[in-house]
Amino acid sequence: MPKYIIRRLVIAIPVLAGISLVLFTVLALAPGDPFEELATNPNVPPEVRANLRAQFGLDDPIPVRYARWFTSMLKGDWGFSFVSRIDVVTLILQRLPTTLFVLGAAQLLGLLVALPIGIYSAMRPYSIFDQMTTTLAFIGFSLPTFFTGLLFILFFSIYLHWLPFIYQADIVGSGLPWLWAYAKQAIMPVAVLGLFQGASMTRFVRSAVLEVIRLDYINTARAKGLSEKVTILKHVVRNALIPVVTLVALQIPGIFTGAVITEQIFRVPGIGSLLITSILANDTPVIMAITFVFSCLVVLFNLVADLLYGWLDPRISYR
Amino acid sequence: MTPNGATSEAVRGVMPRPRARGAETLWAETWRRFRRHHLAIFGVAVLAVMVSAVLLGPFVYRVPINEIDFKAKLKAPSWAHPLGTDDLGQDLLARMLYGGRISLAVGVAAMLIAISVGTAVGAVAGQMGGMMDHTLMRLTDLFLSLPQLPLLLLIVYLFRDVLKKALGPEAGVFILIVAVIGGLRWMPVARLVRAQFLSLREKEFVEAARSLGAAPLRQVIRHILPNAVGPVIVAGTIDVAAAILAESSLSFLGLGFPPDIPTWGRILFDAKDNLDFAPHWAIFPGTAIFLTVLSINYMGDGLRDALDPRKVL
Repeated sequence: MPKYIIRRLVIAIPVLAGISLVLFTVLALAPGDPFEELATNPNVPPEVRANLRAQFGLDDPIPVRYARWFTSMLKGDWGFSFVSRIDVVTLILQRLPTTLFVLGAAQLLGLLVALPIGIYSAMRPYSIFDQMTTTLAFIGFSLPTFFTGLLFILFFSIYLHWLPFIYQADIVGSGLPWLWAYAKQAIMPVAVLGLFQGASMTRFVRSAVLEVIRLDYINTARAKGLSEKVTILKHVVRNALIPVVTLVALQIPGIFTGAVITEQIFRVPGIGSLLITSILANDTPVIMAITFVFSCLVVLFNLVADLLYGWLDPRISYR
Repeated sequence: MTPNGATSEAVRGVMPRPRARGAETLWAETWRRFRRHHLAIFGVAVLAVMVSAVLLGPFVYRVPINEIDFKAKLKAPSWAHPLGTDDLGQDLLARMLYGGRISLAVGVAAMLIAISVGTAVGAVAGQMGGMMDHTLMRLTDLFLSLPQLPLLLLIVYLFRDVLKKALGPEAGVFILIVAVIGGLRWMPVARLVRAQFLSLREKEFVEAARSLGAAPLRQVIRHILPNAVGPVIVAGTIDVAAAILAESSLSFLGLGFPPDIPTWGRILFDAKDNLDFAPHWAIFPGTAIFLTVLSINYMGDGLRDALDPRKVL
């Protein structure tokens, strides 16, 4: 098992290198100059600017710049934010836990919605319940997160005054009231993102269970007198989840789209909203680093999906 | 291909359901099957209303999109302004009709790019095989693991000003957004087409064409591609919805079209800070996006069922 993880990690390196190559090419092809701010600042003499350019190696050939940029990214030296005046790493590490918390909670909510509903509607295909949930799932993944977010704010914050619509990472206090305040502000972002994820997952689960439930070994399980619960949970679901894991893994890059938007709507201080503020403020090092972090997260979650896959399907051996 | 009597007799024996109407073309049959999917028909109807509204609406409803009237600002829907007004007193219906054109055009154009690139990559990979196949598929995998929205934001941020200068604000941003959205969505199509090619190129009818001396290009264009087109149509339909969502997300984040081009996402961006006293401003464009995407998704679902020969309808 550890060997397998190490092997997957080794495979992940070329993927990361490829992603970083795409990012760097985009940056290198782009017009403009990270020192444009300095160039337009009359207080900076031209010699200083030239020195800075030489110091940061901006006049080197592109492959050299790429190699240097990639190695320093791997070493964790991500540069200095032009706007916040602190190290990019520090800035991102401050924001990352919030993003991971919201994403993780949303994904969990999605699974909690999708698994029971998908399984139940596949057990009774074309029943009223199934038709209702299929319609709801269609509506769910056709409703863009930015619109549901606004509707939630309109209904729960403005109309009912139940929930705050601004997320604060540094609520003061302790004990239960603090926990409640924290949970209350997370409800809307997590619900918006989780229900969106859950809607498409419900469809995956339903069709996967539907494929498996018709197979002969399920009839065998029932015939030998297993209870319906054991048949479904132990025999159907475990096999049905294998394709679901693949599909969910394929969706992972898309989750970040939702994360950026929900963070922006609810002003969650995560890396998604940091990305938007950095873009609006032309803070190139932060933008590059965040895009790279998102890529790393994609690779990481794909790795997790691979491990899950191996656990669900013993035919895939950890070699 | 005109089979002689004996084989058509044999084929008829195998077919589960003899064709009553004799020769029915593929598209006639697809339409017949598609009509059974009521929600897909609902999708087509809603979409037809939307498309004709944004195409013909501005000719019928002749209110300018940028007439500023502070006396009528943030008004709820009324007879003078059927969908209300925004914070500058501009008529929302007129703006939505105009912006809807752009939103829908972005969707269709980005879809065309995505399926052209995807089909080309998938066809080359599937037909050539070997190293070429391997390289192209690794490239596809790489693109699949790119985080879409962050990259989209990065590219738009880096290239927007240049293209604006080169082609004008409207055309520049349009081309940039369409190219980037299309360029980040071709991978599923490439995989689908490649899979189709791998199975189709070993089929007897392609072998027959090959043995009759058809050049590889002719085999691909005349024999393989037409048979691989079903899944591509379905993927293309879904891609329109995804592209509309991507454009709206970009505009919603304030990084898509400029304020004088009121796409639905852009209107939502402007509306989101006035939710408490002008909810109509956000609800109408949001509903328009939702209904369009829902209809397209239902259409895609109907097409998928109609084009799937294994599915009995």
